[in-house]
Amino acid sequence: MREVSISEFIISRLIRIAGYSAILFVAVIFIFLLHEGAPAIIEIPFSAFLNTRWYPIESYYGILPLIGGSIIITIGAAFIAVPLGLATAIFIAEVAPRWARDILKPMVEVLGGLPSVLLGFIGILVVSPFVRTAFSLPTGLTAFTGALLLGAISIPTIVSVAEDALDAVPKTYRDAAMALGATKWQIIWKVTLPAARSGVLTAIMLGIGRAIGETMTVMMVTGNAPVMPTELIALFRPVRTMTATIASEMGEVANGSVHYHVLFFIGIVLFLISLIINLTAASVVFKTKKRAERILS
Amino acid sequence: MIRYRIPLIFHFLGILFAAIVLSACQKSPGSTNASTISLQTIENKGSDTMVNLALAWAEAYQAKRPDISISVTGGGSGTGMAALINGTVDIANASRQIKPEERADAELNGIFPTEFIVARDAIAIIVNPENPVNRLTIDQIADIYSGKINNWSEVGGENLLIVRLSRETNSGTHIYFLEHVLRKGNKEDKTLFSTNTLLLPSSEGIGSEICQNPHAIGYDGLGYVTEDMKVIAVSTTTEGPYVLPSIHTVTSQEYPISRDLYIYSSGEPIGNVRDYLDWILSSEAQEIVLGLGFVPITPQ
Repeated sequence: MREVSISEFIISRLIRIAGYSAILFVAVIFIFLLHEGAPAIIEIPFSAFLNTRWYPIESYYGILPLIGGSIIITIGAAFIAVPLGLATAIFIAEVAPRWARDILKPMVEVLGGLPSVLLGFIGILVVSPFVRTAFSLPTGLTAFTGALLLGAISIPTIVSVAEDALDAVPKTYRDAAMALGATKWQIIWKVTLPAARSGVLTAIMLGIGRAIGETMTVMMVTGNAPVMPTELIALFRPVRTMTATIASEMGEVANGSVHYHVLFFIGIVLFLISLIINLTAASVVFKTKKRAERILS
Repeated sequence: MIRYRIPLIFHFLGILFAAIVLSACQKSPGSTNASTISLQTIENKGSDTMVNLALAWAEAYQAKRPDISISVTGGGSGTGMAALINGTVDIANASRQIKPEERADAELNGIFPTEFIVARDAIAIIVNPENPVNRLTIDQIADIYSGKINNWSEVGGENLLIVRLSRETNSGTHIYFLEHVLRKGNKEDKTLFSTNTLLLPSSEGIGSEICQNPHAIGYDGLGYVTEDMKVIAVSTTTEGPYVLPSIHTVTSQEYPISRDLYIYSSGEPIGNVRDYLDWILSSEAQEIVLGLGFVPITPQ
């Protein structure tokens, strides 16, 4: 009896350490970001950040075009990935026969393992010329091209997580709805989807998180022109994202220079944006979850 | 069942411990080896444009002369000059000539920089082969990149919007282009690239966009030009002559967007530094120059 308690003690402590370490790592990363990025606020006036010109080698540090670029691409990607991803998840979980699910799901997950540099390469060679001719644009290296590819990157994440959530809805829910005379569509829309709501939302958030943090693909296909996106047409113009800026400029800046600190400041902004997205999603999920659902799920 | 669990944990810890010990052991032979060989070092610092060239030279030379170690660092031509003035490096790379005040500072410290032109660098203006434009003046190129000219019809082409392609701001070519084409060497000029200039992370990105987009204009080192791009002939005046970049026109200084790349040694070089610089000027080292897209000083 005592021997069991020793091993259980060690195991439970190990698990607890593993759990706390996740929090620790996030905290350490955030402290590092703050330490490297905060000097930027002292070194240059805050109004300089609100400029619309990003040209750091001549001390233009306007980060608004970069934030705008990241947001427009992420929204574009979400508009593509969320409907397609959810539809695929619903098809696999609810409509397709069991054998089809066993083939489709692993295939979608393999798609998720594609290296982003490969997608960027396909983007340069195939998608960008296609976008240019299809919309008769001056160049195919646009926010839209980036959004298409980011959509493709986030779809596997959304499908995989959402499908798991839908699959976890107890069969009794569907049987009860069917017994009440609900059609297949009514069951999906009114019963299964709401019951799997928290999992589906998590799927969407993970997908969007994947899109906003993606670097290599956007760097290759969006043209990296730091233009402030002010109207909808900006979707079909080149943009520069925060991630691409950090990736392409970090390698060459002098350690401890103003430019270096500003790049870390952009990192803080990026961190805060994804934090806000995740917190919003979490609050939506937890607030609307009824006690009965918590017990069932 | 109960007794089985505890040894399992200790097995795991044991393996972990063994792994730590083994990985620690692996490191020690390497560190002792490194300390037993003594090397003669040449310190080399300066231009970021030339850092790859300097590294390639250093690697090739160290392969020939294992007793020499050459440490190459970038930082910019100015950084290299400062290090030379302070006497912390043997040779400094620069993509510009030494300034009179830098030479004066060096002489105050008893250092007399000796100049060597080690390579030349041409920047080709490239467009899609379908583009009917064959030639541009420096002023037209500057106006295109600063956003004053936005349509190919303004420079004798079709009625198409111009898509400007550039390397990223960390590229030395970008800076050279800004200073010598957009600003035409005028230090007071504050002209910037048009904001919608596409900043592509690689020469490959510029190449693929040029090859498939008739709207595009780009610039890049001569070494990056391939057969499926069209090179624009450039002139300093509207009367011409319009010159295409080639190893020949760069050597004869006819092509206007080209520059010398320099190495400065502290004083008249002696010993290992002398040997190294002599080797850099040899045809063997100048072949490396050609391979990296620069123009060799002695025509091959």
